Amino acid sequence: MHDRPELPSDSERMVFKVDKLGVFVIPLSVFLIVTFGLYRKVPVFDTFLSGAKEGISSTISILPSLIGLMMAVSMLNASGALDLLSSFLAPVAHFLGLPEQVMPLVLIKPISGSGATAILTQIFEKYGTESLIGRVASVLSGSTETTFYAIAVYYGAVSVKKTRHTIPAALTADFTACIISALAVRLFLH
Amino acid sequence: MLNYIWAVLILISVLCAFFTGRVPQLSAAVMNGASNAVDLTITMMGMMCAWTGLMKIADAGGITRILSNLLHPLTKHLFPDCEKGGPALKAICMNITANLLGLGNAATPLGIAAMKELKKRNPTQTADNSMAMFVVINTASLQIIPTYMGTLRAKYGSPNPFDIVPAVWFTSVCALAAGIIVAKVLEGRKFEK
Repeated sequence: MHDRPELPSDSERMVFKVDKLGVFVIPLSVFLIVTFGLYRKVPVFDTFLSGAKEGISSTISILPSLIGLMMAVSMLNASGALDLLSSFLAPVAHFLGLPEQVMPLVLIKPISGSGATAILTQIFEKYGTESLIGRVASVLSGSTETTFYAIAVYYGAVSVKKTRHTIPAALTADFTACIISALAVRLFLH
Repeated sequence: MLNYIWAVLILISVLCAFFTGRVPQLSAAVMNGASNAVDLTITMMGMMCAWTGLMKIADAGGITRILSNLLHPLTKHLFPDCEKGGPALKAICMNITANLLGLGNAATPLGIAAMKELKKRNPTQTADNSMAMFVVINTASLQIIPTYMGTLRAKYGSPNPFDIVPAVWFTSVCALAAGIIVAKVLEGRKFEK
């Protein structure tokens, strides 16, 4: 009896390739940093320790902002406010050329990365990855960051309270990504 | 401004929970959200320390200086008030490189290091132009290969998970450009919020 091994599909092969690339980036960076340090006669372990020590205080310094933000995000999720807001904003989505099913993702992405992943997987399950909705959702998540998380963490770490023009500029970038993602998917893929 | 946004998130959630009858879930969420943040911090701490440690070696070995020289044609326009080859610019360049390589987990500690360097030159509680520009760049996503997105798409049965990459690049570049332009336009104006 012969069990012929199944050939990997195109997608598996592709992911395998890119995954390998991703797997190599971190070890290579570490290798380069340490080798270069040795070459320049840096006491590498002592230097590492003094850096790692600073990491502890850095991590602790962002904890208050994280607690505040994650509390707000889980409240928003639990209350059903996200779905309510999304249906409320459906006309805006149409106006921007975005499928309205992507709206919950648009709303959650700036505040929560894990929340955005959860919604994205729901979209994939419901509409598939190759639909217009699935593709716009992919492009949108791939090209935006968790804006408020970054703002809270970075400014929280150095206790800066007045952020001046940071939020307007960052939100302009997010808003641009919304419009362009719908456009780019239609331009490149459909 | 973050004060108002946070307040709006909380108030909307509470009001909404009353309307939808999800008050019990909401009270659980308050506790869970807060304790999840502590869990996340503890999980993150090891990785944060590892990268700040490696960053220190990279700095002592001179890698950060090389990177900062390479990126200088770009950074001199984005951060004109940072001194060339200074500690702030070096940390900024390490963070930008980590972002481009898709090392999200390394980018955050490196970014915090950069913010601390910027803070040394500006001990007030108000962000300066360089801080704002730096955070805006970090709130936009620019990476060479969106590995995570591709892996997720493949997992959900996409026959060609990376076909979205050109569209992602195009969108990221437009979004980043829009963010930088608005930051540049607004930074000249003295407005307090």
